Amino acid sequence: MKAFSDLYKRLDSATSTRAKQAALIEAFAAAKDDPMQWASAAWMVYFLAGGKPRQTVPTRLMWRLAVERSGLPEWLVEECYSNVGDLAEMISLLLPEGKAGEEVSLDRWMRERLLPLPSLDEEERYARLKRWVEELPAGQRLAFFKLITGELRVGVSRLQVMKALAEVAGVEESRMAQRMIGYAQARRAPSADDFQALIGDVAHAEAIALDAGRPYPFYLAQSWQGPVEAMEETLGPPSNWTVEWKFDGIRAQLLKRGQVWRVWSRGEELISDAYPDLEPLARALPSGAALDGELVVLVSPAGDFVADSLDGLAPFASLQQRLGRKVVSDKTMRELPVAFIAYDLLEIDGRDIRGEPQRERRARLESLIERTLDEAMARGERLPMRLSPLVAADDWPALAVVREQARALGREGLMLKAREGAYGVGRRKGGDRTEVWWKWKLDPMSVDAVLIYAQRGHGRRSGVYSDYTFALWSAGEGAPDRELVPFAKAYSGLSDAEMREMDAIIRRTTVETFGPVRSVEPTQVLELGFEGIAPSKRHRSGVAVRFPRMLRWRRDKPVAEADTLEALRALLPTGRG
Amino acid sequence: MDLIVPTDRGLYCAAGDFHIDPWRPVARALITHAHGDHARPGSDLYVCHRLTAPLLKKRLGDVAIEMADYGERLTRDGVEISFHPAGHVLGSAQIRLAHGGEIWVVSGDYKLEDDGVAAAFEPQSCHVFITESTFGLPIYRWRPQEEHYAAIDAWRCDNAAAGRASVLYAYALGKAQRVLAHVDASIGPIVCHGAVEAINALYREAGVALPPTRLAQEIANKRDFARALILAPPSAMASPWLNRFGDYSDALASGFMQVRGNRRRRGLDRGFALSDHADWPGLLAAIEATGAERVLATHGAVGPLTRYLREKGFDARILSTPYGEEETPADEAAPEAAP
Repeated sequence: MKAFSDLYKRLDSATSTRAKQAALIEAFAAAKDDPMQWASAAWMVYFLAGGKPRQTVPTRLMWRLAVERSGLPEWLVEECYSNVGDLAEMISLLLPEGKAGEEVSLDRWMRERLLPLPSLDEEERYARLKRWVEELPAGQRLAFFKLITGELRVGVSRLQVMKALAEVAGVEESRMAQRMIGYAQARRAPSADDFQALIGDVAHAEAIALDAGRPYPFYLAQSWQGPVEAMEETLGPPSNWTVEWKFDGIRAQLLKRGQVWRVWSRGEELISDAYPDLEPLARALPSGAALDGELVVLVSPAGDFVADSLDGLAPFASLQQRLGRKVVSDKTMRELPVAFIAYDLLEIDGRDIRGEPQRERRARLESLIERTLDEAMARGERLPMRLSPLVAADDWPALAVVREQARALGREGLMLKAREGAYGVGRRKGGDRTEVWWKWKLDPMSVDAVLIYAQRGHGRRSGVYSDYTFALWSAGEGAPDRELVPFAKAYSGLSDAEMREMDAIIRRTTVETFGPVRSVEPTQVLELGFEGIAPSKRHRSGVAVRFPRMLRWRRDKPVAEADTLEALRALLPTGRG
Repeated sequence: MDLIVPTDRGLYCAAGDFHIDPWRPVARALITHAHGDHARPGSDLYVCHRLTAPLLKKRLGDVAIEMADYGERLTRDGVEISFHPAGHVLGSAQIRLAHGGEIWVVSGDYKLEDDGVAAAFEPQSCHVFITESTFGLPIYRWRPQEEHYAAIDAWRCDNAAAGRASVLYAYALGKAQRVLAHVDASIGPIVCHGAVEAINALYREAGVALPPTRLAQEIANKRDFARALILAPPSAMASPWLNRFGDYSDALASGFMQVRGNRRRRGLDRGFALSDHADWPGLLAAIEATGAERVLATHGAVGPLTRYLREKGFDARILSTPYGEEETPADEAAPEAAP
């Protein structure tokens, strides 16, 4: 635990990426040389890479500990929380100092102490927690509570952890990225073997990875923000690019190795169990294949055997009903059938072909899909798989026109993939026109909304009013009794300077304070953008929006001229997507 | 009627016809200490502690000042006035008023820990205590100051070993001199921003022993910065003034550094929760020591502190003032307390 706590402090007291990297490398290298530390190091990597174990201590016990051990009234502890913005940090600031007990390794903390907790009754769990905290050296307290909440907030990305491990193991970063896939999955309990597999010799580790059915790191697209006019110059002619729709589904990799098949989400979660619909498809695929694509709900019309037909593609709201389900009934599969729209082939005949150009991978993908679907059709079987159709046009302005249809079709825009490009790792930055994937999304829908509530943020925004609730007018200007109806919350989009300014305005115009929330006089109008919109019975506005964010501070706009709910509802799609 | 009431100009004592720390110009202003949010320009006459006077002149120009020593009794229209150490910065005072058998104390800003520079806080018995509450939440419990000084020195040593300068932001009036008086001067040269150096001179004139300090432009060889401690006001954060120091690590000395988010939001390497204000236990101890039944809280976390006190049986209320603008967690670079 001391090693983890020390590393945490070191990472916390360094702002530069370089210094953090040095700290990670040093810690991992020290662990590599000492097999006794592997088990704890495995956990260290797990937490730093964003892993969260199943909840061992419910939040209510954390609060109880904070209230009872500090001897403070509950409302005051809540007040402290809203100022600190981080439960683990708040508790470590409030508790009285402990008396240092024996050092317990991170692995023992997890395996012998924390992980068995959920099987105990509440009082026993609380009693143990209390005793441990008393014996914990004050300097390790923060790190300990961070283990419980899993919210490290120490400014280290999974990418940085990967790079540090690659350096320590002496392997390429792309290989380390693959080794780490699934490593930080929720509820995993990594072991010394896992750490060894990360830093160990290549052949051994890779064999394990293949057995485990691990996917490849996802290649991510960067966002094309420039104007259409600039595309020809920056990107060359559209003929250099494979252009496809950007679907509003779940990005996923479908693998089949031997008779084992797996579906992995982009968040590197194994999700095969949630989509048994795909079983027939997986059975039909040849062994040693890895496909990249999108999970969608698709209610295919009878008799549709066209490989790249998107007839029956349902909006994201349908897919949402399939998310997070542990048990999938036949009824669900009948009403909300899931299909895999394939757009890339990463492995065929057990061979990694990510280095081949996009056009070659695409050709292989097309022939694989056609063959698989044809064979199935011959058996009288329809498989839940589609080939992502190509979108073609002579020039960029013509493509821009096609892109405009995306909203009506329930899609997010277009994807541009360099025809000569390999399948890379992570998100590649820069003006590179041969390797990059671009997502060319629709401009977000937007309305001008009024700020009515504010709440203090978390992490680096703790103490600052940075989380806002926005409202729209119930009726147009001049209508009697019109009121502001809340419709969305947004946290991002303002610059740091704007946020500080807004914080000051919120403090000045507060009407009422309810715990961490302040209601403010309606004085500020902001342009709020969002990606999707759907009717909702749960929202007072009757509408739910996806990914709302602040696009612009409309200082020029008086509150009375903000948009109405009617204007928002006008953005609802009229028919099916 | 209360001996002190809030008006649009500041806290006002009608019986003696004077204001305390007014925020707009008045005829007669009693001043607790020389920070900008407590000592504002434009009043006809200022009354303050002897050691506050030069600081006040530095900030406000050649204004009319009447000086008092700690404990000395002044009388005005039957109101007995005295200044008592507040332990905040040089010359800082609590102002005690006695009239008609009732005693009121206005704390100004204060801390209980004796920093060896400002005269140590002396609790005053009173009926009504008007207290600051900048850090009026239980998350604020200061570590002993020696730990912070040691941590600052250790950070400087690490930086010096890595060939980096150590830029420490601290309020130009008070915090900077407190740090100066306690850090290890043997680690390397100490460079001060002009705003800090101007106040250093006044502290030295008042007899406070500070190690030798220099202005940045007095360092000829830029390589000397690598071992140096550079003391600057928070307003220098992200300013071009810093460009000359090459590679540096930065830190802020402020009670708000108790919360990581306040540091991380500013992108600072380190934060030292070294404060010239009372922490939560300090506020409670100070209030307890006055024996006051009525407590009025003026700035900071006034809501939580007064509610907590009411639950403990005090008659505690919020007294709205614009004080505390020198230290708010939301300000990236708080305005300087000195010119």
